[in-house]
Amino acid sequence: MRYQRKTLESPEWWQSLDAYIAEQKERNRDHVQSALIPVLHHVQDTFGYIPVKAINHVAQQLGVPTAFVCGVASFYSYFSLTPKGIYTISVCLGTACYVRGSQAVLDEFCRQINCRPGESTPDGLFTVHEARCLGACGQAPVVMVNDVVYARVTPEQVPDIIAQLTAEAQAESA
Amino acid sequence: MSDVTLTIDGVSATVPRGTTIMQAADTVGIRIPRLCYHPRLSIEGACRVCVVEVEGARNLVASCHYPAEDGMVVRTHTPEILQLRRDIVELLLDNHPEDCNTCERDGNCELQRLAYATGIRERLFAGERKHYEKDNLGPAIIRDPDKCILCGRCVRVCGEIQEVGCLGQVNRGFKTVVMPAHDAPMVETVCTGCGQCVNVCPTAAFLEKDATADLMKAIEDPEMIVVSQMAPSVRAAIGEAFGEAPGKAYEGEIYAAMRRIGVDYVFDTQFSADLTIMEEGAEFVKKLAEGGPLPNITSCCPTWVKYCETFHPNLLHLLSTAKSPMSMQGAMVKTYWAEKMGIDPSRIFSLAVMCCTCKKFEATRPELFVNGLPAVDRVLTTREFAWLLRNYGIDFTHLQPEEADNPLGESTGAGVIFGATGGVTEAALRTAYYLLFQKDLPADALNFEQVRGLKGVREATLDFEGTAVRLAVVHGLSNANEVLDRLIAGGEYHWIEVMGCPGGCVGGGGQPYAGANAVPLDECLLAQRASALYNLDAAREIRCSHHNPSIQRLYQEYLGDPLGHKAHELLHTYYYPRVPMGVRPQEAQV
Ligand code: FES
Ligand code: FES
Repeated sequence: MRYQRKTLESPEWWQSLDAYIAEQKERNRDHVQSALIPVLHHVQDTFGYIPVKAINHVAQQLGVPTAFVCGVASFYSYFSLTPKGIYTISVCLGTACYVRGSQAVLDEFCRQINCRPGESTPDGLFTVHEARCLGACGQAPVVMVNDVVYARVTPEQVPDIIAQLTAEAQAESA
Repeated sequence: MSDVTLTIDGVSATVPRGTTIMQAADTVGIRIPRLCYHPRLSIEGACRVCVVEVEGARNLVASCHYPAEDGMVVRTHTPEILQLRRDIVELLLDNHPEDCNTCERDGNCELQRLAYATGIRERLFAGERKHYEKDNLGPAIIRDPDKCILCGRCVRVCGEIQEVGCLGQVNRGFKTVVMPAHDAPMVETVCTGCGQCVNVCPTAAFLEKDATADLMKAIEDPEMIVVSQMAPSVRAAIGEAFGEAPGKAYEGEIYAAMRRIGVDYVFDTQFSADLTIMEEGAEFVKKLAEGGPLPNITSCCPTWVKYCETFHPNLLHLLSTAKSPMSMQGAMVKTYWAEKMGIDPSRIFSLAVMCCTCKKFEATRPELFVNGLPAVDRVLTTREFAWLLRNYGIDFTHLQPEEADNPLGESTGAGVIFGATGGVTEAALRTAYYLLFQKDLPADALNFEQVRGLKGVREATLDFEGTAVRLAVVHGLSNANEVLDRLIAGGEYHWIEVMGCPGGCVGGGGQPYAGANAVPLDECLLAQRASALYNLDAAREIRCSHHNPSIQRLYQEYLGDPLGHKAHELLHTYYYPRVPMGVRPQEAQV
């Protein structure tokens, strides 16, 4: 089965994007390029990643060369140019988590879903990522799935987490 | 502005405030090694090759962007600096293919020179190397990311001087690559093919697509008749490729060299430059008489045409419909001349040697074909042609000058100056005056100094027997935008000349690389090349296109009248808006 992320995209959304771009453009009148980051955030919030058509659209509306938009979108690790799974699993490799064994947790996630860090499963369910300090060092090792924090994760718990998320997604799409 | 005085390696230098340490050092004969820096582009500060020590500063500083200050004491070659510079260049080499022997830029590579100058004599480490596909899908420009050292000059020339913005630096760190948006092949992007990325690249990350092999095959094919033409600017710069000082024109030598390599008929693009003037001059006069559409915007530069199609589709109706000299020449070779000679046009291999990379693209435009055949089969750049001569062992600078063949080899001074920015305008004015008033300009009024020179935008209002003719002449596409913005805002012009490359064709993307002591796009160099052309013009007996006897015969025997039916069919073309639509940078990104 293939899982599809629910997107907020709609003709109205594109209109609202244009309004947002116009607003950012006005705010950054002296340096339009500075409007790029907030606009790209806006796009990513909707799609979960930044699709090619949005890059082209943003470039046109903002008047910034498309190659430059691609450069910015690919520079910041927060932005993704490829579609994400429904669940983005971020395993913290920050110092606190690392010394408490988060590498083994990451390895286990990768093994279970058969992906390397940064990749997504072909069924569109999971994307796995390495993260740097998520600001919850007291609960190390920390894993975040979308915006839910899992504290003190051990490799042994990984299969359970995967199973639970899979069941959740199946229930939702049923 | 006040001056500052600083000491560099014990030498005192006084420079205006705001000058960088590097520029200050240049004024006292200290040439700090540099790589990403280019005097006509914004400062990137990426390579750190130019580091120097400033007394009292905590770290070494990049001299290309650090401002000189009063009382500053700078050292440029302490042991620590020399070591660091070498390390920096060595790191670049670690991620660079070691294929100098077979590289197109061998002997003409800034990285190679720098490696030598910094004293790298052996390679100690073999690091991880990037590897990406080469993009050689297009007809004009090849992109080879493996050779790229990320100095960013191409990105800046494309965005700042040309306002095309085709290239960007994508990804981060070790994975950074210079590429067009979405890693598209160059031919599918807003790239205009001007080749300035090739000109400013310190290595071989951008090159023109090689056409020499096809030419060599045609030469050896007994069935094929090879007919050549060469652009005005080729003669103004080819000497540099053989180590001669810039500014000397080689004309007869090129005709001779063409014959030596086996070209059967040696013609000259300048013939059709005169022809272009006949058509475009008539078109201009007609537009003036009929009140529009004005201004008439020149269309002989293929880079500008593609730029206009991509970025200014609303202005396409203003472009002159006259084909470029190269395409007119090809069309005449495969019709008029072929008929005259009784040769089947499909047996003709039409060769053009051009100062331009984009002409390779122009030659592939289907609407420029004549009777289903390309007007020009292959385009060689000046560089490729110079290489071919070396390959054939021709001692170019010592050749005895020869004459071009006729009838498509005869040209006037007006045809010669096409190669310099403003030249087309000047040539057109000489003929337009004649067409308007049925008399020639006095011999001492043939030079239009107002449109000469290298100022980015030249505007002038001429008094043509009481009629004011408002002109603008621009070179470099950012300068074009300056005038076009004024035009769009309601500015009135009768004539606008646009050349895509800085300096016009003399600064084309296919010209010889700047040598060891020169800088690409250097204004002095461009001015010297241009003056070579103006000198040729001044020395000509006939300096107006409409007095070219071979042109007159061509109209009598074959074409009829300028803008007539036949001329329209063979010498005029059309333009169309292109996708992807370009996005012009809205502001100078300084
Ligand atoms: S190191 Fe993992 S949350 Fe801080
Ligand atoms: S030349 Fe100064 S940093 Fe590259």
